[in-house]
Parts: sequence; structure tokens; C-alpha cells
Amino acid sequence: MNKHVIEAYERGWMLFSLAMILVFLVFIGYTLSGFAFYVPTAAERIDPTKVRTGGFPAPHVEKVGPGKYQAYVIAQAFTFLPNEMHFKVGDEVTFYVTSPDVQHGFYVHGTDINVQVIPGEIAKVKTKFKRPGTYMIICTEYCGIGHQNMLGKIVVEE
Amino acid sequence: MATLARKDEYADFPVKKVSLYYITLAFVALLIGTLFGPFQAFNYAGVNLYPVLEKLLPFVKSYYQGLTLHGVLNAIVFTQLFAQGALLYLQSREMKLLPQMGVAWFSWWLALIGLVMAAIPLLLNDATVLYTFYPPLKGHPLFYIGAALIIVSSLVTVYLSVELWARWKRQNPGKPTPLVSYMSVVTWMMWAVAAVGLVVEAVVLLIPWSLGWLKGVDPLLARTLFWWTGHPIVYFWLLPAYVTWYGLLPKHAGGKLFSDPLARLVFLAFLIFSSPVGFHHQFADPGIDPFWKLVHTVLTMMVAVPSLITAFTIAASLEITAREKGGRGVVGWITKLNWKDPVVLASVLGAIAFIVGGAGGIVNASFTLDYVVHNTTWIPGHFHLPVATAVTLTHMGLALALIPHLTGKPVVRLPLARAGIVLWFTGMMVMAVGMHTMGLMGVPRRAWISNMAPNVRGAYSEAAGMMVLNGIAGAILFVAAVLIFYVLFATLLQSRRLPPEERPEVGFSEALSGPEGRRSVMVMDRLFFWWGLAYVIVLVVYMPTIVRIWSTFVSAPGFRLW
Repeated sequence: MNKHVIEAYERGWMLFSLAMILVFLVFIGYTLSGFAFYVPTAAERIDPTKVRTGGFPAPHVEKVGPGKYQAYVIAQAFTFLPNEMHFKVGDEVTFYVTSPDVQHGFYVHGTDINVQVIPGEIAKVKTKFKRPGTYMIICTEYCGIGHQNMLGKIVVEE
Repeated sequence: MATLARKDEYADFPVKKVSLYYITLAFVALLIGTLFGPFQAFNYAGVNLYPVLEKLLPFVKSYYQGLTLHGVLNAIVFTQLFAQGALLYLQSREMKLLPQMGVAWFSWWLALIGLVMAAIPLLLNDATVLYTFYPPLKGHPLFYIGAALIIVSSLVTVYLSVELWARWKRQNPGKPTPLVSYMSVVTWMMWAVAAVGLVVEAVVLLIPWSLGWLKGVDPLLARTLFWWTGHPIVYFWLLPAYVTWYGLLPKHAGGKLFSDPLARLVFLAFLIFSSPVGFHHQFADPGIDPFWKLVHTVLTMMVAVPSLITAFTIAASLEITAREKGGRGVVGWITKLNWKDPVVLASVLGAIAFIVGGAGGIVNASFTLDYVVHNTTWIPGHFHLPVATAVTLTHMGLALALIPHLTGKPVVRLPLARAGIVLWFTGMMVMAVGMHTMGLMGVPRRAWISNMAPNVRGAYSEAAGMMVLNGIAGAILFVAAVLIFYVLFATLLQSRRLPPEERPEVGFSEALSGPEGRRSVMVMDRLFFWWGLAYVIVLVVYMPTIVRIWSTFVSAPGFRLW
């Protein structure tokens, strides 16, 4: 095969590569502009030794408006508090999650919520439950010998 | 007196011996680390073999301890030691100059001492913190100090490579750096930019904290510094394999590299774009501004471009070679490649795995898509393709070519190694299918799911079919490892040596388009400028976040929860 032919293919491939990357970036920009409320942000920083002694609200779910809830969750070795939460289809829930000990994960399977729970950070993340069912909450970060047992659930009813 | 006058097999080129020591130590580490792999694969098949393992090796207490050893020895120790041995050797051989030999041996001893220091707490279950060692999980100080010494050893090799290159440039004014040397020195410069995060994390935070001099560390700050190094370390694993693909593979395949200047451009792009990308491992972290996550996303996508170019250039070089040997058809030419050569077999299979892994990597790097896969088994399913397949297989192939050259010892039972290479590729592909799919089903990575408490047992029953694939892959990979390591160590440990004139030379590639007379090549050769630029870019994209976190330092005390 002629060297110049290959060089032409090569230029074409480089252009294609760059164009493909640009298209991916445009998609990312588009999803960020519309749906990215599940991108976790920091509500504030917190002293992890004070999480259980008043620095963070006691774990609970509270109603803040029609169909709107706030959930305060502590992820600790090796459980979530609260470990079970109940919502109705269409409810919009803002989770505030932190850890008093080591790093954990707060992954609500079947949603886009997947948060690194880091001591010192109060993570804030929001979702709307569109389908009824039982959603597993899975700890996705190694946190010690009982990590595999750190599971909770969210029950969404009609 | 005759008995004392033992012949020095390495006298003609003493760097052979130090390289051999690096490469041998690398494969000893890889052997130990690899043997934990099948146990992990069976864990993800739902079969808990750790009680059996504890009967064989009473010091192994859990899946998590085995996983820590697997990650540290394979991903950190093997990759680095192999790069230190192979790259320094290839650069010296191509430049026909010796590195500073005393410093090279000092660097090897530093790595060995660091490895032994880190291994003690790992084996005693006193540092079961996985190879990411995220605080506030707190391991024994020896682990952090040993790991830091291993990194320091790599930085000594940076010095050796750069010094060798600068010396060659002084002796050869106006000439372009030879290609393999160029790729080698750029790899080490890239690593020197990348390693800053980990060095600061270890020296300023983890070591003083583990010794009790600091009451707490900031976990987010530690994560950020870790991933400063933690993503580009992937390119530090990968680029030595690229050196083989560009610098040796075309020659072993019986042809030429398509373009020399393009290879340089690819490496230069890695020098500049490898490091400012770490936040794509922290998309799920609160406390990092989404704006900076987006900046890192764009740069991560850019770093895919040199890999895409590599796929083209390597494939083009092989295709030209095969067609010159009479290969025909759209894919039929593939049969004309010299598959019996382990460098060709291992590199090409590795590159195929890398293409699949690269596609998955684009998913991981996509800011808003990553939440579906973050810290699920998708992630280890992904990185076993570029690292455990592409890099590891390529290094195994290169070792089978390099060990006879360094020692004069011919490879023992090469067909067994070939079978091992094919099985290794097959096992990894099967495992990748299993783990990627399980990840989408919600199965978390790094979890002892074969040992779950009764109240949560069966949580992942939906993924049972895919778990079977992990078990099959574990069995295939075990056989592959036995074959490959048998050949490597049988070759190293035999006493037979070929006479000097029969020993294989290193097969450096020639290029169809060479570097001569290209202005662009001379611009790319101004490496101190590009190295400085790489530091500037990484500081620009990291300092705003690091300064902000540091100014609100959170002091988290340590925990031992394993």
C-alpha cells in the first residue's frame, strides 16, 4: 500500500478521533445543563468527630413541601441510618449524607445517585423516584471487614 | 585460583545485570500478587475460598487482605519495577551509553527495601487498606514508609533517564533523540509530574499521621492528592507497553514502524495531558466544584486522542508488514503476522483488549454517565483490560525476548508460554464481560460478597449468571499464570547459556517515515520546555481546589476496621 494513501487515512482518522471526542463532550454538556441534579455537591464541611453529637441532624426524613422531602443519612460501619426509607412515586428527595468514621458509598441502585461519603463532607444529592419498587442502597466503598453487609433499602409505593 | 575467576556474563554492558534484577523482582511481585487473583474471581462467583486459603497460608485473614496484596504488588510494584528495568535498559542500549551505575543499583536496593517494609504489615494484616489506602482507614506506618520508598526509587530512575538523555544530547548536538530513548525519557518526565500528588500525600499527611505526629488527616485532601497521581499512574503503566508497541513490535513482526514523528507526538501529548485529569475519579465526591470536574473531563477526553492515534499507527504498521509478506483481504492479512514471536502475540492480544478497555474508559470519564458505574464491578472489569491484559501481557512478551538477550539463557518451552498468553487474554476477556455486566446490575467492587451476613445474603442473585463467568475466568487465568510463570522462571533459573554470538540482539524498529530533517521533531525534542509546561498545567488545574480544601482542613482520626 502506498505511503501517501496511508498518510491520508491517518489524517482522516485523527480528525475523526477529535470529532468523536467533541461529540461526547457536547453530550456531557447537554446532560449537565438539564438533568445533573444527581451530581453530588457539598452542603458544607463538618468535623467528623461531631457527627453523632449534634454537628449533624439526627438521621431522619422530613417533609418540606408537597411531594418534597429531605433525608438526613449517616453512613457508618457497617450500616446506614436510617436503613430503610419510604416514599411515594413522584416524590422528590434531597439526601444529605455524611460519615462519622471512614469513607463509604451511598449508591441507590436503579437511580443516578452514587455518592462518595467522605468524613468531613456533607454530600447533597437529589432525585425523583419515578417507578415503584424496592431500591437497594449499596455501600460502594471499602470500609472494613463488614463492608459487604452494608446494605439498606428505599421502598417506593404507588 | 581458577574457581574464583567466575566469568561476569554482563561485563560487556553492565546495565544488563541491574535491568535483569529489576525485571526479576518485578515478576516475583507479580507472581505473588497474581496468585490471589483467582480467589477474588471465585468471590465474585459467590464461592468463598478464603477459609481454604487460610488453611494453606495462615496469615491471610480475609478477602480484603488478599485484595490489598493483589493491588499493591500487581498495579504498583510490578508495573514500576518492570518499567525501571526495561526502559532504562532500552534507552541505554539505544544510546550506547551507560547510566550512572552506582545510582541505578542504589535505586534497585531502595525499591527492594521499600517492598520488604511494605510487605511486612501487608502480610500481617496490619495494612488492609487496599491499594488506594484512603484515610481515615489507617494502616501500619511501615506500609506508608515502604510505599514511599518505592516511589522515591522511581524518582531516582527519573533522574537516571534524564541525565542519560542530557548527556547524549551534549555528545550529539543538533541530532534528534533516538525514538525509543525519546519515549523512555518522556515517560519518566510524565511520571515526575504525576508523582507529586502521591509524594505530598505520603510525606505531609499519611506518614506523620500513621506515626501519631498528626491527630487527623483531611480525607478529601488525601483523595485529591491520591488521584493527582492515581490516574496518570495508568499512563505510567501504559507508556512502557507503548514503547514496546512502537519501538520493538514492528521489528518483531518483520516490518517497520509507519511513522516516527507521530510516535513522538503521541508521547508528547501524554507528557502534557496525562496529569490534569484526576477529578474523573472523583465525580462522586462532594466538595469538588462541578466546574473543575468539567475541566478535568475535557482534558481526560483529550488524552484519549493519543491512544486512538496509537491504535491506528500500530495497526497500520502491522498491516503494511503483513501485506509485504503476501497477506491479502480485508482481515486475511492478519494470518501473515509472525504469531510465533511472543512479543507479537502478547502485544497484539494486549492491544485488542486495550481497544475494548479504552471504549469503557470513555464511559468512566463521561462526567454525567459515571454515576451509573462508579465503584461497581464495572471499574475493575474495565481496568483489568488496559492494565492486567494490555500492559501485563506486553511486558510478559517483552520479558521473553529480553531475558535471553540480557542473560544469554534461551527461553525454556516457549510453546507453553504462547498457550499461557492466549489463555490469559481469553480469561481476562471473559472476566471483563462478567464484571462489566455485574456492575450495571449494581454489584459493588471490592466487596466480599461470597461471605455476606444471613440477613443480606442473596442481594445480588439477579447477577448470578454473570457471576458464573467470573468463576470460569478465575480458573482459566490460574492455568494461564502457571504456564507463563513456569516458562519465565524456568528460563531465568537454568544454568545453560548461549555463546555470545548466538544471543539475540534487541530488535529496535526502523521507521518508514524517519525523524531526519523534520523541524517538528526538533521542536518536540526540547523536552525541558515541554516538561515545564506540563507542571504549569497540572498546577493550574489543581491548585484552586487544593488550596480551598487545605484552608478548611478537616482533621479526621484514623480507624482500623478490618
